[in-house]
Amino acid sequence: MSDTLVAPNPATIPNWEADPVLTVEHLTMRFGGLVAVGDLSFSVGRGDITALIGPNGAGKTTVFNCVTGFYKPTEGRIAMRHGPGKQAELVEEVTASGLRWKKDGEQGVFLLERMADHEISARAGVARTFQNIRLFSGMTVLENLLVAQHNRLVVASGFSIGGILGLPNYRKAESEAVDKAVHWLKQTNLMDRADDPAGDLPYGAQRRLEIARAMCTDPYLLCLDEPAAGLNPRESKELNELLQYIRGQGTSVLLIEHDMGVVMEISDHIIVLDYGVKIADGDATSVRTDPKVIAAYLGVEDEEDLDVPEVREHVIETIGEAAIADLAPQPMAERAPVTSAEPAQAVGKPKRAPRARKAATGKTETAKTAAPKTPRTRKPRGTSSSDGGAT
Amino acid sequence: MMAVTSANTSPGARARQEENRFAQAVRDAAIAAFLAGVLSFFFIGFRTDIAPGGLSLKMRWSAWITAIVVVFVGRLLLNLFVFNRTWSGSSTKPRSATVSERLPDLGKWLLRAFFIFALVLPFVAMYFFPNRDRQFIDIAILIMTYVMLGWGLNIVVGLAGLLDLGYVAFYAVGAYSFALLSTHFEFIGFWTALPLAGMLAACWGLVLGFPVLRLRGDYLAIVTLAFGEIIRVVLLNWYEFTGGPNGISGIPKPTLFGLEFARGEGSFASFFGLTYDPIHRFVYLYYIIFLLALITNIVTMRLRALPIGRAWEALREDEIACRSLGINTRNTKLTAFAIGAMFGGFAGSFFATRQGFISPESFSFIESAIILAIVVLGGLGSQIGVVIAAIVMIGGTEALRNLGFLTYIFGPGFDPVQYRMLLFGLAMVIIMVWKPRGFVSTREPTVALKEKKRIGADLVAQGEGH
Repeated sequence: MSDTLVAPNPATIPNWEADPVLTVEHLTMRFGGLVAVGDLSFSVGRGDITALIGPNGAGKTTVFNCVTGFYKPTEGRIAMRHGPGKQAELVEEVTASGLRWKKDGEQGVFLLERMADHEISARAGVARTFQNIRLFSGMTVLENLLVAQHNRLVVASGFSIGGILGLPNYRKAESEAVDKAVHWLKQTNLMDRADDPAGDLPYGAQRRLEIARAMCTDPYLLCLDEPAAGLNPRESKELNELLQYIRGQGTSVLLIEHDMGVVMEISDHIIVLDYGVKIADGDATSVRTDPKVIAAYLGVEDEEDLDVPEVREHVIETIGEAAIADLAPQPMAERAPVTSAEPAQAVGKPKRAPRARKAATGKTETAKTAAPKTPRTRKPRGTSSSDGGAT
Repeated sequence: MMAVTSANTSPGARARQEENRFAQAVRDAAIAAFLAGVLSFFFIGFRTDIAPGGLSLKMRWSAWITAIVVVFVGRLLLNLFVFNRTWSGSSTKPRSATVSERLPDLGKWLLRAFFIFALVLPFVAMYFFPNRDRQFIDIAILIMTYVMLGWGLNIVVGLAGLLDLGYVAFYAVGAYSFALLSTHFEFIGFWTALPLAGMLAACWGLVLGFPVLRLRGDYLAIVTLAFGEIIRVVLLNWYEFTGGPNGISGIPKPTLFGLEFARGEGSFASFFGLTYDPIHRFVYLYYIIFLLALITNIVTMRLRALPIGRAWEALREDEIACRSLGINTRNTKLTAFAIGAMFGGFAGSFFATRQGFISPESFSFIESAIILAIVVLGGLGSQIGVVIAAIVMIGGTEALRNLGFLTYIFGPGFDPVQYRMLLFGLAMVIIMVWKPRGFVSTREPTVALKEKKRIGADLVAQGEGH
């Protein structure tokens, strides 16, 4: 439908298509017979905050682990880019050459699926945090931030030989490292706790420290695995501000999050996974009105799941009370046989309409088109990705 | 809360409480004495003597009763004065706080005093114990060797958190490197062989490191244990090269800038115009191992504050987080193994020159176990803890040889030397119950913005294999 119209007009190309920092192409991750992620493709725009959402077990963390090198993907290409533009030729060149990465002045292409986890952080500039916080709890907050600057400091210490001899070169590098740590301590509001062991911090502070530690590696892309989990509303708000600040510093952010308040408020681009397959891709407005997303999130056992205020509000706005009543009792049994290869292709869902093209007026329009409940026609996978992005 | 309630109670109530506590202590001590009586009845109460026509059984009531009384009184005193605080529970907090506040300063002074004592130790021994100076200096050398080995292993186990049960292998590599080099090549003396032995041991550290990179926990311990045994068995069976069980003898003694510690021309004594005394060589050996241990300590302390040292500790805390921060965990582990092994090699080289003779028997598993016990007892990652533990472990077993006074308690037939290992084991158990994370379990941060606060043991991870 819309995707053929989008391509020729550069003004409507979303940032993540025009200037991606990371592209994931046909990523498949199998664990024995289980397909955790199946043929997933998406892009992360440079300077964007991109959210990866989906119900539990959708494969979000698996995607993260593939991107950061903790899993070796079964198939697919994950290309990280330094420097502006798509650099399509360079990506192809590196892919064909069998190299893991190639740097050419400002530009650089890194094929993450070929690189070891520590190289991804050290060379490609992808930093990550963990769902269950992984701090060095017996070390102080400041030490945690200095460990993050390991690679630069090791070189400065002359691979420890100069450091043992106490050469001034290293002392200078270390004081710079402390300065950078102090900068991030101030940003994350942890200055008072700098000399305390990381394991003594309260939960929210540990989350912030983990982000600060990741930022101390000077990443191009910061991957956050559920940064708002377990935070109270005030801490969530502070997290939003911190992420906005990080984006302002020129670091792109990719996050997994369940807290829709955080996701909808700060994300430039949202990718929705379910059963390891992408079911929606676009900006916040288009994604939250996407019937497949609503189905994946709300089409579960009981009505309690409908009580996510933001979602509920928009569902009512777009498809009306009647439709919700229709969606809610959608039983799990119907979703279960839909395996990872086949996305949630529920019957009797509102038709996927060209609502996304005009975001402002789209809502009322969708409501109209959704009302007749025409059976949804199946579309090829590749087109649905740019469908939502046509705003 | 407790402090408030106890302050509010009337004097009568407090007296009752006090009385109650005393009664409780007596009852507890009585139970302990009863248990001691039951347990020691067969071990202490009986004695079998060889008599015509078999064995005769002799009762030793006095020894048995003495044991029970000792347990009763000891337990009572402990209850009243040591466990006191945990019962009342009121004054624990402020006291521990003040102790920890005072401790850094006190610790610093203690360390200095300790260092100066170690520096002048041979002369103290020579001055105050002219008849037994050689024995004392010998024990001091032995303790120092284990301190050095403990510090070397502390890098691997304490800092990097990799449990290594085969550390003695590097000690053996160092010793055999020096022994073989010096016996095959005339021109290689102790000082030239020392760095070579260290380097060879470091190479073997890498050799061990590679296969165990991916191993964790118990599996790591088993493979390192096997590695230690492989080295020993190879030394034992490669007869043509190592001399097998006969070992290598005639290893040269260390010289001071070419001056030998012997009689006659060109020796240390004649050069400085002293009368020859064999004690000179022991003093010299003491200072060599003192210097080597000091170097080990300084290098370790410096490394700890360098990126590599922080990476070791981070590795102990969380390996996955390390990799997410771009730390090459393979190289980090290998450097820990290599540097730890290098110090083991130095110590081995010293061991060879001190003994003048080495054989695979000196490098059995028990040596690894003792070195590991020193590190664990001292507190993983703590330098001063290793020193204390080495003194307790090595000096303790030596001191237990001189327990003549126990014959006054247990009768003239009692041979304390035979109970040496029993007492030693008991002491170990008591120490580990009292201090489960070793003597010095807190960790000192390597860097601070305002002030360095020691980190409690509960937060510090122990690494693989614990």
